[in-house]
Amino acid sequence: MESKKYLEDISQIKDLMNKSSRFISLSGLSGILAGIYAITGAVVAYLFLLPRNSDYVILHSWNFRMLIAILIAVAVLSFVSAYLLTTKKAKKNNEKIWDATTKRLLVSFLIPLVTGGIYILIKLNSQHYGLTASLMLIFYGLALVNASKYTIGKVKYLGYSEIVLGLLCAAYPGYGFWFWVLGFGVLHIVYGSLMYLKEAKA
Amino acid sequence: MGLIDNINKLFDHRIRLGIMSILMVNEEVDFNRLKELLDVTDGNLASHTKTLEKAEYIKIEKSFIGKKPNTRYTATALGKLSFKKHIEALENIIKNQN
Repeated sequence: MESKKYLEDISQIKDLMNKSSRFISLSGLSGILAGIYAITGAVVAYLFLLPRNSDYVILHSWNFRMLIAILIAVAVLSFVSAYLLTTKKAKKNNEKIWDATTKRLLVSFLIPLVTGGIYILIKLNSQHYGLTASLMLIFYGLALVNASKYTIGKVKYLGYSEIVLGLLCAAYPGYGFWFWVLGFGVLHIVYGSLMYLKEAKA
Repeated sequence: MGLIDNINKLFDHRIRLGIMSILMVNEEVDFNRLKELLDVTDGNLASHTKTLEKAEYIKIEKSFIGKKPNTRYTATALGKLSFKKHIEALENIIKNQN
């Protein structure tokens, strides 16, 4: 009798730990992938699209459209990878992917992100593209910090780092491209690898 | 004999066990989220968190978000250690019975 109660206790512990922290095991690998997509996109842009010397990217030119296309591709690929890895993990653990936790996570992530996206588009339309990289980093960082209450671990710190980078980027105009690579590429890979190693140990 | 000694009486309750399980894997959890995950009433949850706080297994932090009170919970180092010991005790009992 007693033993059966304790068995139930243990399964309840496991169940609650999983339910309350769904995104633990996803974050590592999808972070690394997001970083790789970002760097690949940046390399393509650097080699083929960015103007040499001090020329400016002209709004609505072919180059400009391609840059936007690369940005969208990086974002979509990162999102799809994260989604697929979560679904796979959820299936393995026999969990539903759509519950209150995931919904809240997405909503709190998307509110700052979409706000920032729209703001950047408005600015671009009035020819203000100087701060685009800085704004992307800052709003993305805010989105991470905001969503981090529904995840375990260090997502918060990734968010803080992105915000700091974004502010530095605003202070050093002209290096937007490099700050972008650092924030979306290098930071993601560093963060993802740290989490991945931690998951492997657990 | 002996085996049962390691069972922590404080964790020998569904809701307290649940609160600790959630706080083991989440740095910080607020009242509403605990309530939703554990599916318990306000009063019930409040009394059990108070018990755990008295034992210094968890920390309770009260603040206001706008005009709404917000209560957040964190597991202390002592709480985490005690919980780990409790789980080991549970596993030992089960192992010995089979």
